[in-house]
Amino acid sequence: MGGSEILRVEDLHTSFFLPIGELQAVRGVSFSLKRGRSLGIVGESGSGKTVLARSIMCLNLGSNVKTSGSAFFDGRDLLALSRREMRRLWGTEIAMIFQDPMTSLNPMVKIGRQVIEHLRQHKNVNRREAKQTALDLLNEVRIPEAESRIDRLPHELSGGMRQRVSIASALACEPSLLFADEPTTALDVTVQHQILNLLSREQRQRNMTMVMVTHDLGVIAGRTDDTLVMYAGKVVEQASTDEIFEKTQHPYTEALMRSIPRTSQASHTPLAAITGRPPVATHLPAGCAFSLRCPYVQPKCHEEDPPLVSIGTSGHKSACWYPVGSDANREAFERNLSDRLPQTLAVAESLGADQSPGIPADLPDGGIA
Amino acid sequence: MSNMIAIRLTRLVVTVIVVSFVTFVGVNVLPGDPVNALIPIDAQQDREFVEQIREEWGLNDPLIVRYGRWLGDAVQGDLGRSLVTGQPVTDEITHRLPITLELMAVAVGFSLLIAVPLGAFTGYREGRRSDRLVSGFAQAGLSLPVFVTGLILIYVFALKLQWFPAVGWNRLSNGLGPNLKSVALPALSLAVTEIAVYTRVLRSDMIATLKENYILSARAKGLTDRFILFRHGLRPSLLTLVTVVGLNIGFLIGGSLVIEYLFAIPGLGKRLFSAIQQRDFMMVQAITVLITVFYVIVNTATDLVYMVVDPRIRRTN
Amino acid sequence: MSKSSGGTWAPSMLRRGPRNAEQMFPGSSGKSWFGNWFGKMPWLTKLCFLWLILVILAAALADLIPGLADPNYQGFVFGDGKTNEGPTASHWLGTDNVSRDILARLIYGARVSLIFAFSLVAIGIIVGGTLGSIAGYFRGLLETFLMALVDTWLSFPALIGLVFITTMLGMRNLLVLVLVGAVFVWPSYTRIARATALSVSGQDFVTAARAIGTSRKRILVREIFPNVLPALLAYSLVGLPVLIILESTLSFLGLGVEIPTASWGGMINQARQDLLINIWPAVWPAVTLFMTVYSFNNLADWVRTQAATRSAAI
Repeated sequence: MGGSEILRVEDLHTSFFLPIGELQAVRGVSFSLKRGRSLGIVGESGSGKTVLARSIMCLNLGSNVKTSGSAFFDGRDLLALSRREMRRLWGTEIAMIFQDPMTSLNPMVKIGRQVIEHLRQHKNVNRREAKQTALDLLNEVRIPEAESRIDRLPHELSGGMRQRVSIASALACEPSLLFADEPTTALDVTVQHQILNLLSREQRQRNMTMVMVTHDLGVIAGRTDDTLVMYAGKVVEQASTDEIFEKTQHPYTEALMRSIPRTSQASHTPLAAITGRPPVATHLPAGCAFSLRCPYVQPKCHEEDPPLVSIGTSGHKSACWYPVGSDANREAFERNLSDRLPQTLAVAESLGADQSPGIPADLPDGGIA
Repeated sequence: MSNMIAIRLTRLVVTVIVVSFVTFVGVNVLPGDPVNALIPIDAQQDREFVEQIREEWGLNDPLIVRYGRWLGDAVQGDLGRSLVTGQPVTDEITHRLPITLELMAVAVGFSLLIAVPLGAFTGYREGRRSDRLVSGFAQAGLSLPVFVTGLILIYVFALKLQWFPAVGWNRLSNGLGPNLKSVALPALSLAVTEIAVYTRVLRSDMIATLKENYILSARAKGLTDRFILFRHGLRPSLLTLVTVVGLNIGFLIGGSLVIEYLFAIPGLGKRLFSAIQQRDFMMVQAITVLITVFYVIVNTATDLVYMVVDPRIRRTN
Repeated sequence: MSKSSGGTWAPSMLRRGPRNAEQMFPGSSGKSWFGNWFGKMPWLTKLCFLWLILVILAAALADLIPGLADPNYQGFVFGDGKTNEGPTASHWLGTDNVSRDILARLIYGARVSLIFAFSLVAIGIIVGGTLGSIAGYFRGLLETFLMALVDTWLSFPALIGLVFITTMLGMRNLLVLVLVGAVFVWPSYTRIARATALSVSGQDFVTAARAIGTSRKRILVREIFPNVLPALLAYSLVGLPVLIILESTLSFLGLGVEIPTASWGGMINQARQDLLINIWPAVWPAVTLFMTVYSFNNLADWVRTQAATRSAAI
């Protein structure tokens, strides 16, 4: 694990120019990823995580999109490359698995074809070899009876199998970097587990670098090496996955953790949802974007947007004026409680009257919560 | 599934019968005595003679009986005799049908040849200048009645440049060259509007297809734009194409009648026109029913194709 | 003290798009609704709109135009007219082959086309809309019967039927033509009305109205029909140019309004005889016809895209 740096993103901004104004989807994201490691990008819908992944891969192909900044892949800035040059990287070096297996496969084309059609284009492979590769890949992703299935159409397969086909297709040219954009969101819970295990296994065996985009903390827990938490287009916390869970710094991350229902809780425990709604990306507030929902909010949060700063020496970064666990944070909580701030009250209620904020001790460390 | 097909087919038969009956009634009820077609007014002094002719042609029997007789004969292939020429109607129809069919087929074929690449291209380049230009032309093409297009073409290419004949028709049996020359301008007149219609439909279809997720998947695999356009983009559009041609057949039928009138082409449309004016009701009946049958069959076929192919392939589950 | 405020907007955070917000929400800027709407049209559509206004006004006020020549002036017969002339001072667009002023004929011809088109659209909406709404809301035997009738009626290509009937008729003035046209127009409107009525009937507000005891007739008039109307209007927008083309095609074939009444198609047909001598009698009506139909099409397209973007808002 660990090696040279394979991806370095610097100050990435992506905006959509719509009739109603500029929609800033990604607002200055920077991170770096070492070869062979896996990164999870976690956030709500609208946090910009999917746009981030697609921006890095330069797959935002609309005329009203603008991306600035840089994304260095193996030393080359992807954002500066032409379409033709990117086309040589797509599928071969960098690949992506999409969210909905039902619509991300062409319903009129046989799955065998879809798995290797780019293989035949990128590398000069003849039909027989391509077919063999397709079979091998389908077997590798554990599709039973691959021989007969190879000529089927996507709608003849179940959701989980379709996603396996997508994975096979992404792996066909042996990419070194794989983006998985919510790969299990559209699948049944039982199947999710299998697909995630498959992805982990493939990543290890091929020594691939993987970026997993998801809204579900349970997906990244125990599976990714590092995690990025995004909110309203910015990274609010960045650390190794273990540290994210054990030493949460940012109130948003903490709120996410808290909202996961646990089997250890008594039945009928009300869900500790985060009060309020994520901001509309065309009308972002000044200061910290989470300030409107944060239980620890203070006046400074409305005025100044906290920068992403390192905490400690382990590479753990967080963007908050009152990080969780600090004295300032505790004081802020007390102050808000006495002021009877709604979101603070809600948090206090869900914890029980006499507890102070923090991560409950019984958070799972792997598998699905 | 076969249930629906059976329903459609019964509907088809019923429709044909109803329409043929209505036409029969219409021809005989609207002003104009069919006898006048057989015997000119001046020669109608001899009452007995007129009565005799009436009997011979069965014009005195009640309408239902006459219709029944006609239907019975028609099913066996006998469509009666023209009141004007005395020739069997079937002969004239078989003589003229290929001409009208050729006109329509060439028009449609040529239109598809132009519209498919044009529609795909403009769908791909949505919003750019080339798209707007083509769309502008399509809008103009839709706004030109066929006879105006026809007249413009006649004026420029037939009268002024003298490249093509302005009127008349050379049958295929007379040679392919002359035949193509006579079909060129008429088919083109129809094609201008057809191209506009097809291009629009194909364009919006392509735009919708290109927004699908599997197109993004294909891009992310590094496939070239051309590959994606042809191998992934066009497939759904081909289906739309079939349905659009089918739906537009009504326009083609009416349009070819006008074109035949304008270019003096001896096709079915022109014959129908003159038959109506001459009150040659056997001919009118036969051609009208034929056109209706054709129209209904095409519509039914289009419906069926759409029903069978569309849900299975385009909607995943 | 630490009450969270509603969130202030810092100018640097919120960037305005190519249009200002006022224009996206009409009425808020104080401009009139119409002016706003007109201002947003692309230049070509503006031209089309103005052209249509011009044509409609000219047709409506034809009799009041000072100095407009008599479209049926028989100068040819009286021996004092000029035949087949190009544009001159007294006849701005020239004369046709029987010395009638072309401009006057164009304006009166516009009357025929527009009245034909608009009347049929009105009939379609009223007759088709009513029948379709009733069928779609009340369902049952009435609906089955009506739709079977509609389907059969639509199985007949319209132009053939129109040719058929108009040839048979002895007298063909505008009223008769409209009536004959109505025969072929009502089924398609009925079909659309029924489909829309069907989906509207399934919606909750209709059930709610019924639940408070509203009579079915009242529901039909106050809930169903007003919701069917927009669909019909949208269809009419496309129907208008089609009907204008239809009328001109009929008169071109000699089956439209009886000569000597002016009609664009008829004018073109007449001009065919002397086409090589003087193309103007053919050109002017053709150009006017094209421009009018094109304007309708352009406007209809623009309205459609506006409706689409409005409903597909973020």
